[in-house]
Amino acid sequence: MAIKILNALIAIVGGIGGAMLLFWILNKLSESLKGKWEDRVKPWAFAGPAILAIAVYLIYPALVTLQLSFANAKSTKYVGLKNYTDLLSESEFRQVLLNNLLWIILVPASVVVLGLGVAVLADRLRPTGEKITKTLIFLPMAISMVGAATIWRAVYDYQPVGTAQTGLLNGIRAWFGKDPTSWYQLDKLHFNSLLLMIILIWTQVGYSMVLLSAAIKSVPEDTIEAGRIDGAGERKIFFSIIVPQIWGTVITVFITVLIGVMKVFDVVYVATNGQFNTDVVGRRFYYEMFTNGNNGYAAAIVVLLMIAITPVLIYQVRHFKREEANR
Amino acid sequence: MTTTVQPGTGTPDQVIKQSKPGSGAGSATPIVRTVLFLLCCLWMLPVFGLLISSFRTRTAQGESGWWTAIANPLDFTQWTLNNYAQVLGDNASGVNMGKAFINSFVVTVPATIIPILIAAFAAYAFTFMEWKGRDVVFVIIVGLLVVPNQVALVPLLKLYKQLDLNGTFLAVWLAHIGFGMPLAVYILRNYMAGLPKAVIESAKIDGASHFTTFWKLIMPMSTPALASFAIFQFLWVWNDLLVALIFLGRGDNTILTVALQGMQGQTGQGKELIPAAGFITILVPIVVFLALQRFFIRGMTSGAVKG
Repeated sequence: MAIKILNALIAIVGGIGGAMLLFWILNKLSESLKGKWEDRVKPWAFAGPAILAIAVYLIYPALVTLQLSFANAKSTKYVGLKNYTDLLSESEFRQVLLNNLLWIILVPASVVVLGLGVAVLADRLRPTGEKITKTLIFLPMAISMVGAATIWRAVYDYQPVGTAQTGLLNGIRAWFGKDPTSWYQLDKLHFNSLLLMIILIWTQVGYSMVLLSAAIKSVPEDTIEAGRIDGAGERKIFFSIIVPQIWGTVITVFITVLIGVMKVFDVVYVATNGQFNTDVVGRRFYYEMFTNGNNGYAAAIVVLLMIAITPVLIYQVRHFKREEANR
Repeated sequence: MTTTVQPGTGTPDQVIKQSKPGSGAGSATPIVRTVLFLLCCLWMLPVFGLLISSFRTRTAQGESGWWTAIANPLDFTQWTLNNYAQVLGDNASGVNMGKAFINSFVVTVPATIIPILIAAFAAYAFTFMEWKGRDVVFVIIVGLLVVPNQVALVPLLKLYKQLDLNGTFLAVWLAHIGFGMPLAVYILRNYMAGLPKAVIESAKIDGASHFTTFWKLIMPMSTPALASFAIFQFLWVWNDLLVALIFLGRGDNTILTVALQGMQGQTGQGKELIPAAGFITILVPIVVFLALQRFFIRGMTSGAVKG
C-alpha cells in the first residue's frame, strides 16, 4: 500500500517536474536559435508535447484501428470488408444498432425537455429554494455510471416469488398483491432498455438544467417585456421569445448528450451485460475486443461508430469556426 | 429578473410587470413548488434507498425492502456499520474496497494534475503566438473533442501488451493524459483567448519572454479555467470504468468502479456489502462536486464537449 502511494507521489512530482524541465529545456533550445528561427520553433516547443500526446493516444491509434478493421480477428491477414459485411448481416448486431438508435432517439430529447422544464420552474423559486433544487437535480452528474446502476438496484431489483422484494418497483407490485417482475428481462417493446435509459437520463438532466437555466437568465429582460406589452401570455413568451434565444444552448446540450449516448457502455455493461436484448454498440465493442479477442470485429464496430459521429464532428467544427468569427 | 417595485412609484412598464403573474424569482405558485419538491424527492429516492440499505444488516436487507426501514427507523436491530467495516477490508465478496479506494486516488491524482501543465503551455501557444498551421491544428483538436476514446483502444491494448504495460498504473495515467488532452487544451485556450490582450502586449514591451509571461502572468490569471478542467478530469477519471477495466483489470491495482462492477453478480455471501461499496465509490466525487460546483458549472458553460 505504502509503495503504491509512494509510486503515485513519484508520478506526480516526476510528472510535473519532468514536464517543467522539458518545457524549460525546449524553451532554452528554441531561444538559442537565431532570429526568425526562434519565433518559428518556439510555438512548437510550447504546443509540441500536447500535440504529441494527442497524436500518440488518439490520431495514430485511430488510423491503426481503421487498418485493423480490414484484417482478421488476430490481425494476421487482411480480409477486406468481411468484418463489416459479417457484422451487418448478423441479426444480433442489427438488434444492437436498433437499440442504439432507440437510445439516440429517446435520451437526448428527454434530457433537453426535462432539463428545460426544471430550469424554467426552479427559476421561479426564491434563491435558496432554487439553489437547493438545482443542486439536488444536478448531483447525479457526479456519480459514475457504475454507481448509478448500483443505486438504481434500489428501484429495479428483483427477488424470486415468495421472498421479500428489495427493489421499490417490485415492492409496490407486492403491495398490490401482484407477483414480482424481473424488470431487466422484460424486453417486450424494449422496455428493459427504457429502464436503462432512465438511469442515464437521471444522471444527465442536471447538466441540461444548469446550462439551459444560465441561457434563460441571459435572455434580455426587455425582449420579454416587449412581449408582455404586446399582450402575449406566459406560454407564448416562452415559446416565441425565450426558446429562439436559447436555441444555441439547446443544441449544445443535445449534441453533448447525443455523443455520450452513441458510445454508451458502462450502464448497460453493469446492469445487464447486454443480455435480454439490451445490447448496445459500446458494450458489443468491449465484448469483441476484450472477451472475444476479435480485433477485426472490434475495430470495424468503432469505425462504424466513428462514421455515425462524423456529422456531429462536422457540426462541432463549423460551430467553433462561427464562434471564432464572432470573437 | 423582475425587480421589486415600490407601490405608486412604478413607471407604466413596471405596473404591467406587477399586474401580470410574471416569471421572476419568488413567483412560484404552490403547485410549482409542490411539483419541484416531489421531483427532488423522486430524484434523491434511489440514492436514499442505497444509503439506507448500506446501513442495514444482511438479515434485514434480505427480509424486507429498504423502504420498510423508513416506517420503523427505531428498530435498532436492523442497523449496522458492519457492512462498511467489512467491505473496506478483506471479506467474503473477494473485493477489498479499502484497497480499491487508495488505488482510485493513485490513478486519479496524477492523471488529473499532469495534463494541466502540458495543456496550459499548448493553450498559450495557440492563443498568444503566431505560427504556421496553428488554426488547422486547433480545429483538429476541436474535432477530436467529440471522438470517442474507443477508437484508440484496440491498438493501445496491443501496444501495451508488447511493452508489458497492461495492469500498471503508468498505463492508465498515460491513457488518461492522452484522452483528456483535447478537452484540456480547448478549455484553457478558450479562457486565455478572453484575457485582455493589452496586459500581454505590455509585458512584451517590457521585454518579458514568452516563458516569463506564461509563468508570471498567464498561469495566475487562468486559475479559474485550470480549476474547471481539473474538476472535469478528476470526475472523469475517478468515474471511468472502460479504461480502467481494460488497462488495469481486476488484479491488485483495481480501482473502485471496476471493483464495484465486479460485485454486481454476487448472490450469496457478500451481497449485503454492495450498497456500502456503492456508497464508498460515489462519496468522493459527490464531495468534490458539491464543494467546487461553481468551477464545474463555469467549465460546462464554456461549451466543452467530451467524446
